Amino acid sequence: MITAIRNYFIFLLRCARIAFVGDWRYYAWMGTLTVFCILGLNAYAKQFANGLVVTGMSDQVSWGVYIANFTFLVGVAAAAVMMVIPVYIYDNEELHDLVIFGELLAVAAILMCLAFVTVDLGRPDRFWHLIPGLGQLNFPASMLSWDVIVLNGYLLLNVHICGYLLYSRYHGRKPARWFYIPFVFIAIFWAISIHTVTAFLYVGLGGRPFWNSAIIGPRFLASAFTAGPALIILALQVIRRVTKYNISDKALLTLRSIVQVSMIINVFLLVCEIFTEFYSGGLHVVSSKYLYLGFHGYHALVPWIWTAITFNLTAMVLLVLPVSRSLRWLNLTCMLCITGIWIEKGMGLVIPGFIPTPLGEMAEYSPSLNEALVCFGIWAFGLLCYTIFLRMAVPILQGNISKANEGEFLRTAAQQEVREPLS
Amino acid sequence: MSQDPSHKENIPALDADGLSRRSFLRTSAVFTTGLAAIAAGLAPLRNLKDFTSMEQFVQKYYKELTPEDMEKVLKRIENEVEKQYGIRPHVRDLKPMDGVEYVYCLNLSRCIGCRKCVHACVAENNQSRNPEIQYIRVLKMTNGSFDMEKAEHDYDPAMVPEKGHFYMPVQCQQCHNPPCVKVCPVHATWQETDGITVIDYDWCIGCRYCEAACPYWARRFNFAKPSIPKERLNPNMAYLGNRPRKQGVMEKCHFCIQRTRAGRYPACVEVCPAGTRKFGNILDPNSEVSYILKNKRVFIQLKEELGTSPRFFYYFDV
Repeated sequence: MITAIRNYFIFLLRCARIAFVGDWRYYAWMGTLTVFCILGLNAYAKQFANGLVVTGMSDQVSWGVYIANFTFLVGVAAAAVMMVIPVYIYDNEELHDLVIFGELLAVAAILMCLAFVTVDLGRPDRFWHLIPGLGQLNFPASMLSWDVIVLNGYLLLNVHICGYLLYSRYHGRKPARWFYIPFVFIAIFWAISIHTVTAFLYVGLGGRPFWNSAIIGPRFLASAFTAGPALIILALQVIRRVTKYNISDKALLTLRSIVQVSMIINVFLLVCEIFTEFYSGGLHVVSSKYLYLGFHGYHALVPWIWTAITFNLTAMVLLVLPVSRSLRWLNLTCMLCITGIWIEKGMGLVIPGFIPTPLGEMAEYSPSLNEALVCFGIWAFGLLCYTIFLRMAVPILQGNISKANEGEFLRTAAQQEVREPLS
Repeated sequence: MSQDPSHKENIPALDADGLSRRSFLRTSAVFTTGLAAIAAGLAPLRNLKDFTSMEQFVQKYYKELTPEDMEKVLKRIENEVEKQYGIRPHVRDLKPMDGVEYVYCLNLSRCIGCRKCVHACVAENNQSRNPEIQYIRVLKMTNGSFDMEKAEHDYDPAMVPEKGHFYMPVQCQQCHNPPCVKVCPVHATWQETDGITVIDYDWCIGCRYCEAACPYWARRFNFAKPSIPKERLNPNMAYLGNRPRKQGVMEKCHFCIQRTRAGRYPACVEVCPAGTRKFGNILDPNSEVSYILKNKRVFIQLKEELGTSPRFFYYFDV
């Protein structure tokens, strides 16, 4: 027992050490991210001291770009399943070894989600009121309490799966199926649930006709399964470039077909939504009019949404054409998907739900500089986490860090790891 | 990395020590810089004053407070208010009365849009003057239309009422099925037996989900630390009512709990010069509101189709 704990401790120590070791590119990247993190921390400290008045939010538009990013990132986290399903249900060989990169991305995305909801709280010091047993979690009535549970559960599931697989690889032994396969299948359903619950957060509000539509849930999933795998395609290519980890083009193209189908469904659902809104008219349509066309001289969101629609449609055309089989075009397409969907779900879904207010007042929103700095800080924090996870995972998967060379590590702790190549 | 790996095996122990000392120094330099940067980043927190206290941080949920706990809490609030405003307030925890359910009736034929109710409410309920928080929003509507999207919110003529218009004040509708209560993740807002939906300002985490859920735009958030001039502070306070709020929490109309649970009318009812506003106990068949609901022919519950079932009725003189 004590040996087991000691072994695990050495494993963690080696993982922690390797995170601080790399070539100049690694230091430059991590240094830049750290600078952004600290700028974000500073902006958040200002917000904490002065209140949310330093954001662009108001009583009229009471959620802004924090919740928008949160919504987008829940989707990214959920999209990890789009790699898990082909591997564990359809036994796809190409993606098999890459699943872990998707799951690590999910972990980083959930950490960012938690950060985004925390910075949105007016009283973060009272977060403990949410802890079941200690506080007063309003479960099951409040969808936000569901979100607290499913997000933290998803985080634990993925940390367990990734951690266990990596630790087994470190020991050079085959992972015990019973100890992770059931969790993989739970995580598949759980991933769908995190994004559905996040959609229900909006859908369940009868007083906000723009959100009160059953199609929001399916749209969330379709857009998540577009933007998530698109992000993974880009991430895998970065991994392939900066490490010696072998990732086949075929794996990227498998992900491309997922993005392709999801984007087509996403655009179809958008068409369904727009038709229902505009053809039937009525009260429901005011927010949509404001979003797509502008309303009574207010049109802050119009350029945003048309950019998103242009990006999404261009991406869909590119995905359908064979040209996106070439990686250069595929990368462009992925960028379009990610940007388009980020706008669509953020500025295009969260903000217009508040405009006009339930009393018909028009008030616009745009994020303040301080708010933007906090967002950049959290994104930098997420990228920092993901980079560290990969920095640990890649050498373990390649066998460069393993139980076999542990003795060497213990003998010459300092020099050994410094010499370890960034592979 | 700068060294040739083949050279590694030949490093004598002494050299290895030197290497780790160098790397130790380098690492500590990086860490020190990092910590200094983080400390500099957190510097704005030095401006935090009266954000919270240990007593408040560990305070239990309202419904779990024993009478002794509550006594201490009320003392703490009185001390805090006295420290901040130099006035010793009288803070009470007023409970709902048995056999009472409050209902509000508002006569749309009479309202002249003078907004006296708005200002009386601000004065009574210690709302922040900067930034400005108001519980009542008066809509200027065009005769013949009940479409709130065409209403004017910031009308400012020399004289009211204006020809061709009627006025509709909106505040918390004290719903039977309040969406705000349902969505709150921490039970910080709930409906009391007398029909008033209240907020525990010491429990709210400030997520603003209730504000998004309210179909009447009745809730207000303290985006900044509220400020009230000392001489304007109303010292007659209730825990669930008009005691001064903190930065980062939600507030809204609570039918002037500090007055109504002590047998008085809400401030807006008292101040209205046109007799527009009627308030009372619907469980008492002889109350004014019972009479109105029995005898007036047309009522409107705003957004009735949402099923929120407000305790706030708009009626006409017919």
